[in-house]
Amino acid sequence: MSRILGVAAWFAGLLFFAPVAWMVLTSLHSEPDAATNPPSLAAPVTFDSYAEFFDSEPWPPLINSLSASVGSTVLVLLLAIPAAYALSIKKVEKWSDVLFFFLSTKMLPVVAGLLPIYLVAQYTGMLDNISFLVVLYTSMNLPIAVWLMRSFLAEVPGEILEAAALDGAGLVTTLRRVVAPVAMPGIAATSLICFIFSWNELLFARVLTGVVAGTAPVYLTGFVTSQGLFLAKVCAAAVVVSLPVLVAGFAAQDKLVQGLSLGAVK
Amino acid sequence: MTAVREAVARAEPKPPARTGQVKAAARWVRRAPLLPALIFTIVVTQLPFVATLVISLMRWNSLDPTNRGFAGVDNYTAVFTDPDLRSAIGTTVLLTVTVVFVSLVLGLVLALLLDRKFAGRGLVRTMLIAPFLVVPVAAALLWKHALYNPEYGLLNGVLTWLFGADAPQPEWISGMPLIAVEASLVWQWTPFMMLILLAGLQSRPQDAVEAARIDGATAWQVFRYLTLPHLRQYLELGALLGSIYIVQNFDAVFTITSGGLGTANLPYTIYQTFYQAHDYGQASAAGVVVVVGSIVIATFALRVVSSLLREEVRG
Repeated sequence: MSRILGVAAWFAGLLFFAPVAWMVLTSLHSEPDAATNPPSLAAPVTFDSYAEFFDSEPWPPLINSLSASVGSTVLVLLLAIPAAYALSIKKVEKWSDVLFFFLSTKMLPVVAGLLPIYLVAQYTGMLDNISFLVVLYTSMNLPIAVWLMRSFLAEVPGEILEAAALDGAGLVTTLRRVVAPVAMPGIAATSLICFIFSWNELLFARVLTGVVAGTAPVYLTGFVTSQGLFLAKVCAAAVVVSLPVLVAGFAAQDKLVQGLSLGAVK
Repeated sequence: MTAVREAVARAEPKPPARTGQVKAAARWVRRAPLLPALIFTIVVTQLPFVATLVISLMRWNSLDPTNRGFAGVDNYTAVFTDPDLRSAIGTTVLLTVTVVFVSLVLGLVLALLLDRKFAGRGLVRTMLIAPFLVVPVAAALLWKHALYNPEYGLLNGVLTWLFGADAPQPEWISGMPLIAVEASLVWQWTPFMMLILLAGLQSRPQDAVEAARIDGATAWQVFRYLTLPHLRQYLELGALLGSIYIVQNFDAVFTITSGGLGTANLPYTIYQTFYQAHDYGQASAAGVVVVVGSIVIATFALRVVSSLLREEVRG
């Protein structure tokens, strides 16, 4: 019985992984080999599609995505950590109402605010500007980050804070010696989640950017052509664009769980 | 933990307040770290909705900019009589419920399989997480072109392997468009549910399970009366977070079917109204309708989270 369940787990793992493996394999085949039926698994490996991908000027969109993701993640942390402090360690009155206000903004569909946001960008000349995306991605991830950081900071033992205060430790010493060690894993989980969600975002980027500030997901959607074979090229592009998320996510699997559950799971 | 801290805070003698002003100042010092995030969120996420509300009451088409004015509820009448939008509401509900439910069930099965020791467990876990880490647009492109393509996609390729040259070669996307979109989303979201449920399983108190086993409970009884009740809040959390993201899904619908064949959900439909038809008034009215609907669902969902939070505070 237990052996059968182990085999079942392996089977499920391979089944879920198959499309990813197929994406990588297809990206390593020539276009004609990628478009055969039945599939040619053992076709010769070639890096032509990757060469073609990197010849097609992919760096501006990749760098745009990187700036938007890193920029918004830094901004999110700068805003979320003090806010989480005021919702956990030195609590403001009605802190749980504030917390729920943040979460409720995640439930309003972004698409409903798209038009005014577009018009603001148009009137202020911020269309096709990466800093505008940074602001939007910050607002998109801030509620998640506040929830996550709060759940981590709530773990700071109150007794130790009291003891530190009795010993005459100042705010900076308390933050550095007592709060920071507990906050660090939270900051890591928050950064990972914010980075992934910003890197993946398509709707805002598609509506608000053009040739200058287009991000990698937007670039990907333009990679499908109506003529000729493009399967290997699309797969190569998909692999390259997904690689940062795959690497970060695999490297920090436990942080991924913490982040996705808003810190409810540690 | 929190309760302890509050008790300590209460027991501490409060310094006598000299004036009301000092107390108010202290309150603002406490609030200060919160304000930047709060103001930023209100400005960037709430003001656009107010603007949407205003525009929804206007006659405003960007192709006819001079003819702009107050329209009353005309846009809302148009929205509620628009068959596209009504079907989009139905599609959104169906898509979200199906994807969340199927991912939760599959995620639960996978989490139960992974919650046991077997050779290569870490590797299987890593393989199972992979779909969630593929960028959504890339995943949608992968499913559309590399898996669903009727001529050279992997699905029909596998059918040819299994049944030879005269194997059935279905047109996956045009034959079952909504299921095609849902399958790709289930593939991406099952790992998410699995991770949350696996964490829930691993926090299950082992002594109760042991005690039940010693008392002769069957595996099913342990699952039904111990595991499932313990997992309840994790299932709710997964359903809530999954719904938040899937109800807003744009990437898969946009990429796989371009909203055609009855798969246009609300985000895609509003995007299209605004992007292609340039009818700002009607797009905004649709947006307001979506927001009102979301508030109804969110109120219910927030109650679920708040029960989670209360438990955390108690624990």
